[in-house]
Amino acid sequence: MSVDNTVAEAGRPRLIRADRTRRRNAAETRFRIYGVVAIVISLAALVFLVLSILSNGLGAFSQTFIAFDVYLDPAVIDKNGNRNPEEMKKVTTIGYGNLLKKALAADLEARGVSTEGIPPKEVDGLLSKDAPAQLRDKVLADPGLVGQTIRFETYANGRIDGYFKGRVTMESARLDSNVSPEQLELADRMRAAGIVSVRFNWGFLFGPDASELRPEAAGLGIAIIGSAYMMMIVLVLALPIGVAASIYLEEFARQNAFTDVIEVNIANLAAVPSIVFGILGLALFINFLGLPQSAPIVGGLVLTLMTLPTIIIATRASLKAVPPSIREAALGVGASKMQTVFHHVLPLAMPGILTGTIIGLAQALGETAPLLLIGMVAFVRDFPGPPPEGFFDPAAALPVQVYNWTQRADPAFVERASGAIIVLLVFLLSMNIIAIILRRRFERRW
Amino acid sequence: MNVGLLILIVLVIAAAGYVLGRRRSLATADGNIRGMHSLPGYHGQSVFLFASVPAFLVMIVWLLVQPLVIENQVSALIQPSDIPEGSSLSLVMADVRRIADGLDLAVARGALTEDQIATMRADLTNLRGRLADVGVAIAADVKQSVFVAAQEYRALNKIGLMVMSGLVIAVAVAGAAYSYSRITPRYRARNVAEAAIKALLILSSTVAILTTLGIILSLVFETAHFFNLYPARDFFFNLTWNPQFRGGSDLGIIPLLWGTLYVSFVALAVAVPVGLLAAIYLAEYASPTVRGIAKPAIEILAGIPTIVYGLFALITVGPLLRDYFAQPLGLGSSSSSVLTAGLVMGIMLIPFVSSLSDDVINAVPQAMRDGSYGLGATQSETVKKVILPAALPGIVGAILLAASRAIGETMIVVMGAGAAAKLSLNPLEAMTTITVKIVSQLTGDTEFASPETLVAFALGLSLFVVTLLLNIVALQVVRRYREQYE
Repeated sequence: MSVDNTVAEAGRPRLIRADRTRRRNAAETRFRIYGVVAIVISLAALVFLVLSILSNGLGAFSQTFIAFDVYLDPAVIDKNGNRNPEEMKKVTTIGYGNLLKKALAADLEARGVSTEGIPPKEVDGLLSKDAPAQLRDKVLADPGLVGQTIRFETYANGRIDGYFKGRVTMESARLDSNVSPEQLELADRMRAAGIVSVRFNWGFLFGPDASELRPEAAGLGIAIIGSAYMMMIVLVLALPIGVAASIYLEEFARQNAFTDVIEVNIANLAAVPSIVFGILGLALFINFLGLPQSAPIVGGLVLTLMTLPTIIIATRASLKAVPPSIREAALGVGASKMQTVFHHVLPLAMPGILTGTIIGLAQALGETAPLLLIGMVAFVRDFPGPPPEGFFDPAAALPVQVYNWTQRADPAFVERASGAIIVLLVFLLSMNIIAIILRRRFERRW
Repeated sequence: MNVGLLILIVLVIAAAGYVLGRRRSLATADGNIRGMHSLPGYHGQSVFLFASVPAFLVMIVWLLVQPLVIENQVSALIQPSDIPEGSSLSLVMADVRRIADGLDLAVARGALTEDQIATMRADLTNLRGRLADVGVAIAADVKQSVFVAAQEYRALNKIGLMVMSGLVIAVAVAGAAYSYSRITPRYRARNVAEAAIKALLILSSTVAILTTLGIILSLVFETAHFFNLYPARDFFFNLTWNPQFRGGSDLGIIPLLWGTLYVSFVALAVAVPVGLLAAIYLAEYASPTVRGIAKPAIEILAGIPTIVYGLFALITVGPLLRDYFAQPLGLGSSSSSVLTAGLVMGIMLIPFVSSLSDDVINAVPQAMRDGSYGLGATQSETVKKVILPAALPGIVGAILLAASRAIGETMIVVMGAGAAAKLSLNPLEAMTTITVKIVSQLTGDTEFASPETLVAFALGLSLFVVTLLLNIVALQVVRRYREQYE
């Protein structure tokens, strides 16, 4: 190009022409680089985000366990000796705690793990605070165990777990009032003796949430069920209503003021901040209709209203994509308008509708802010019942559980929160992959 | 009889109606389908619709009206002397409801029988203890009059539910019978069924309007309630935000608005240049392979839930900014800051800006590019001098939409921006936004009498109005732009 320029315009000094061209070309290159940099920044942000979540959260899936022999002394847990669970319920977790304390000390001694210089209370402190309750539940479920010596496996305390995952170090333990370096050394010896092991933790996926002091026992079970219930409600309500609304708007409605109002409404609802839907849920469903707080039914209704615009927009697009010749052919052989739509147009548009619905559900699954307002942040320990009654029981939701855990003081909950995010992202990823597969397999090009 | 069972019964009646209607239509036509106006299935459908739709309508109306009527009846039983000092009728009524629910639960668990409840006196038996046994907590000991009101409440509810069940089933059967009796070969069942289905379609499409209406009504009513308790002038012009539990709060929106705008500004300052340049590169320069990989990858950012960004801000970006910028520069020591939230929100907004701008840039006619190249302009000159000016309205629309997203975003600011309402220019200081305060005022305690709670609705209304205006303007701009080139 520069050669052309210089030859074509011979009247002017050569040097300046070349300079100008060089400048313009440099500007061109610079501009291109800006574009590349912008894309690199976006992709780097994505990678950084994913890596940060993964590196923080993968640890949540494995857990440190302590396994040792416990003699279930009838003198402590079943004084009357008749193995009646009702009477045995009177023994609180404190009784079981003492049992565990003795058993752990005995087991350590039997295996030759020295606990010298460590106060018994600190040895006991290696166990999760949840351990006595776990043992009590186990015994109450099977009173026949009383009097036997069983191999009992329980979580190690969150700090010990953190030590094996690198979150807690000897230095940080020195400053920490909850754990001492001696305890960590003991844990190392116990691991060498095979009492302590680190392995995959199903309790994280299926167990209920646990209180502030026992991060090691906290699980996502209730949150996953709560989210699943809400998705069921959204699917059952939003899909038929959304499809019906789209069919009306796309196939039947005449262009008039009424349909204009609906169109504007749908476009705006798609952009209303999600927290406003939370306020609506609180004012309408909880205060006005008196539905219970923190129940999946309310969350499901709110998310339905939020998902409707997405489903309507997707459904209308796929209805529009069905060529008019299909409708004309059906009408031509005498089908009514309704028959044309339900027998011919709708089945052809179904893959697109399902794809849109799955994407809408994925959005709803990750939505947090509106659920905070309708009380889903409450601490829930009991699993909700089976549907439909279970829809009215208190439950948590996956994204809200993440938020909940980030509000707690113990750093072990940060790991749990990131782990919960990974679970959430796995669900979202699989939903999106299903949507893509559906589109690839069934989408027809006309 | 509970509502779920009732719904099931109505559906069973309707389904039976479908089968019977279908059979009868065939029978009346002597099995000759050609002699009928409508196919047998449509006769069945019309019976189904006549049985179920009116019955469900009756049920919905009844369920909405019954609580209001019963509330009225029962609250008449409570004398002004029964209302303790510092309490109100609505609080006592809440107690009544809770006692009634507790009694229901106790009966369901077998802890009490109906006879026991009928003869029980609140001042003689330890009602509170008994209810605590089934897991219902009541604040104070129960007065006899309140207990009587609770008994009345239960009785009325029971009667109401029974009457409703009877009525709904009767309506369902009557509807089915009426429609069944009309079946003849000439009956235009298809037209009836199709008209009913069309009505259902129209009803579904009004859900969008009802939702908007619901949002506006709930916001406006509670906001009006709030302005009765707290002067509107103070809300809009007071420069401090300092809610107190014991009243005398300062609830000025200005510091929150400042935080919101500041965070949104930082977010847009990140998202607009990056998103726009990425869109230009993808639309004008990138090869199909690069575009095929980079465009979906960037759009993944839009599919990630905001709670993930919030956590990213909280555990990664916040501490990084604090350790490498704020503390060395002496500008702050908090990991949550305007910059943290703004940066992360900016990342979230990149795909919004880029994919909308990408559409807009692709809509610029090729002829304009060719004309520019024909005059000897380089590609970047074409972009800067021809394409961008042509696409400007659309890009402005995209930026406005992104701004409305930023203003309404909640989780990132809840976890990244902090909770202290401040009017400060330092981007490394924690500030708070309107959405953060809506969350903090409405979670946990939801006693709807104090201005400290109700202020959330006024904040919500302000947020709704601002984002609505931005959206309307943006959609208008984008639409007008599209029309220009179509």
